[in-house]
Amino acid sequence: MAITLTDVAADRVNTFLANRGKGVGLRLGIKTHGCSGMAYVMEFADEIEETDEVFEDHGIKIIVDPKSLVYLDGTEMDFTKEGLNEGFKFTNPNESGACGCGESFTV
Amino acid sequence: MALLQISEPGMSTAPHEHRLAVGIDLGTTNSLVASVRSGAAEILCDPEGNALLPSVVRYLENGATEVGKKAQDNQLEDLPNTISSAKRLLGRGIKDLKTLGGSLPYEFATASSSSHGTESNVPQIKTVAGNKTAIEVSAEILKTLKQRAEESLGGELKGAVITVPAYFDDAQRQATKDAARLADLKVFRLLNEPTAAAVAYGLDQKEELSERIIAVYDLGGGTFDISILKLNKGVFEVMATGGDSALGGDDFDHAIAEWILEEALLEDTHNTKIHRKAMIEARRVKEALTDNNEVSVKLEDWQGSLSRNQFDEMVAPLVKKTLMACRRALRDSSLDKDQVHDVVMVGGSTRMPVVREKVGEFFGQPPLVDIDPDKVVAIGAALQADVLAGNKPDAEMLLLDVIPLSLGLETYGGLVEKVIARNTTIPITRAQEFTTFKDNQTAMTVHILQGERETVEENRSLAKFALKGIPPMVAGAARIKVTFQVDADGLLNVHAEEETTGAKAGVEVKPSYGLTDSEIEGMIRDSMDNAQADMEARKLREQLVEADRTLEALDSAMASDADRMLNDEEKKTLLAARSELMEAKHTSKDAESVKAAIKNMEKVAEFYVARRMDDNVKKAMAGHNVDEFNK
Repeated sequence: MAITLTDVAADRVNTFLANRGKGVGLRLGIKTHGCSGMAYVMEFADEIEETDEVFEDHGIKIIVDPKSLVYLDGTEMDFTKEGLNEGFKFTNPNESGACGCGESFTV
Repeated sequence: MALLQISEPGMSTAPHEHRLAVGIDLGTTNSLVASVRSGAAEILCDPEGNALLPSVVRYLENGATEVGKKAQDNQLEDLPNTISSAKRLLGRGIKDLKTLGGSLPYEFATASSSSHGTESNVPQIKTVAGNKTAIEVSAEILKTLKQRAEESLGGELKGAVITVPAYFDDAQRQATKDAARLADLKVFRLLNEPTAAAVAYGLDQKEELSERIIAVYDLGGGTFDISILKLNKGVFEVMATGGDSALGGDDFDHAIAEWILEEALLEDTHNTKIHRKAMIEARRVKEALTDNNEVSVKLEDWQGSLSRNQFDEMVAPLVKKTLMACRRALRDSSLDKDQVHDVVMVGGSTRMPVVREKVGEFFGQPPLVDIDPDKVVAIGAALQADVLAGNKPDAEMLLLDVIPLSLGLETYGGLVEKVIARNTTIPITRAQEFTTFKDNQTAMTVHILQGERETVEENRSLAKFALKGIPPMVAGAARIKVTFQVDADGLLNVHAEEETTGAKAGVEVKPSYGLTDSEIEGMIRDSMDNAQADMEARKLREQLVEADRTLEALDSAMASDADRMLNDEEKKTLLAARSELMEAKHTSKDAESVKAAIKNMEKVAEFYVARRMDDNVKKAMAGHNVDEFNK
């Protein structure tokens, strides 16, 4: 298994990284927080830890710590527009329920 | 699920705790809002994809307002109730109106007829919806931008950075803040427009020079501003400002229009319609000449063409006028052209190649033009808002501003004693001691002024208050400490205190051209009175979305299996209910009737839904043994 990006998501991540001017890739993770158990974390990564798992898709390094990986494995990341709002969306096979707002999820 | 954005390392927020912040360019002609998402600053557009919101507000008889393009389109039909360029009136008193130049098409109410029952000297514009101040008009614009931002970012705003011209005095800054308060928008900071433009280009991040001189050339639709900034260790100092409040892109249109009328032998016509047509055509030609060397021109039966060279020659006097202002600003800041490190272009009119070329020649270097000149100020403000909202790991790029004009108070003989000199970095607190002039004097008037001149009349009066309760003593014995405090937004607070007896009498000051607290309360109450109407509008919109969803579900179901599952009679019933819902969606003005139509549609379609479900269950079970399902 792995973590993958859609073409659109990859394009946006590349743009944002280039815009920022530094960073080795994109760090994904989960945080126990929120109204329905866990929340996704998505940050620019400036360094890779020894224990990190690194995937590469569309030339982008996706960095995940091993604790988060069990919850994220198989996730596909997309970039979409909903009305005026736009941003990244996760399709996670491990996810079994989300809170009403969709910001946190349970496995 | 909710849509996510990329954060800086370690700066992820917990769900529902996003630090959403925006930068707002509250302009005389147009306003914009921008925000930083996934590390990049971008302009937030309305649902039609427009970045610019015309700064025009129209008040309707029923108390509703139209803001932006809609108000602008109706402007000519409803001139007295459609207010544009409110920014020119912000923070101005009734006495200032005459000096603003040009006639304003509104009728002003007298001070005593203020709709909120308190006296103030803020000019009130008469409209069908009651008297309105420039602060209220600006608040409507801010409300519209706030709503746009919250829809785009998917959450409530934590705050905003709003830009103001570098030459705005304390009263004008306070008025801008009051407008934000009315719009229920928290202001992190007010930022000078030229400073914001320099930030957008990241000039504050360049460290190869300890000191940078930046010229910001801002040519908008109707105004021209030149600012000379000095950047020293993260502090932007305004060295000089200058410009022409009646020179802008519109004047370039005029020049072309005049030429068209002359060429078409129509220069003597008094037909205003033809004049308007000529102006519209002129604007099109001007914009087309940015990318073409020759553009064909048409007016009525006449046809011709205009080359870029001809145009450049035509508008040369206008460009020259702006360069004269640049020269003056440089002289005011005691600098030479070759001491300027960067030239930043702001305003839509700086797209004209002739402007870029002449400005480049003047400063001896190509100006910065990579960022859309209409958007550069809002983008700089958004970058600063992102830092102030706490989305950056360290306090990188925390800008410090300076006060644009000296602050002081009136002393005996109508003179001004300066307490804080101009270009002092803010925030700052400074105190000065004064004393009584007469024996047994028990009160003293503190008159606060702003400006560089020596006499009271030549400076701008900001506020006046009386310090009472000074114990009777001989002249010169009392020690009155007056403290001036300027916060990070350049807003002023003054306290006076009698020290010898320890008796304290502190007073808070509000600029005399701001609004009183009771006025602001009254306005906030007004906005609450409209809360019901706002809520109704929201409910209706929600039901319309629900109606769309229902219609879509029905259409896709029917497309897939209507022929198989429905007879003609049933199809007819469903389609009839469908068109009823369509009708309700297009004509209803209230949420309830749309909701009823949706309910009706769902009821009529009940049998169809049930049939489809049965069908699906059957399909799923086909080929399986009943026992399998009992496990």
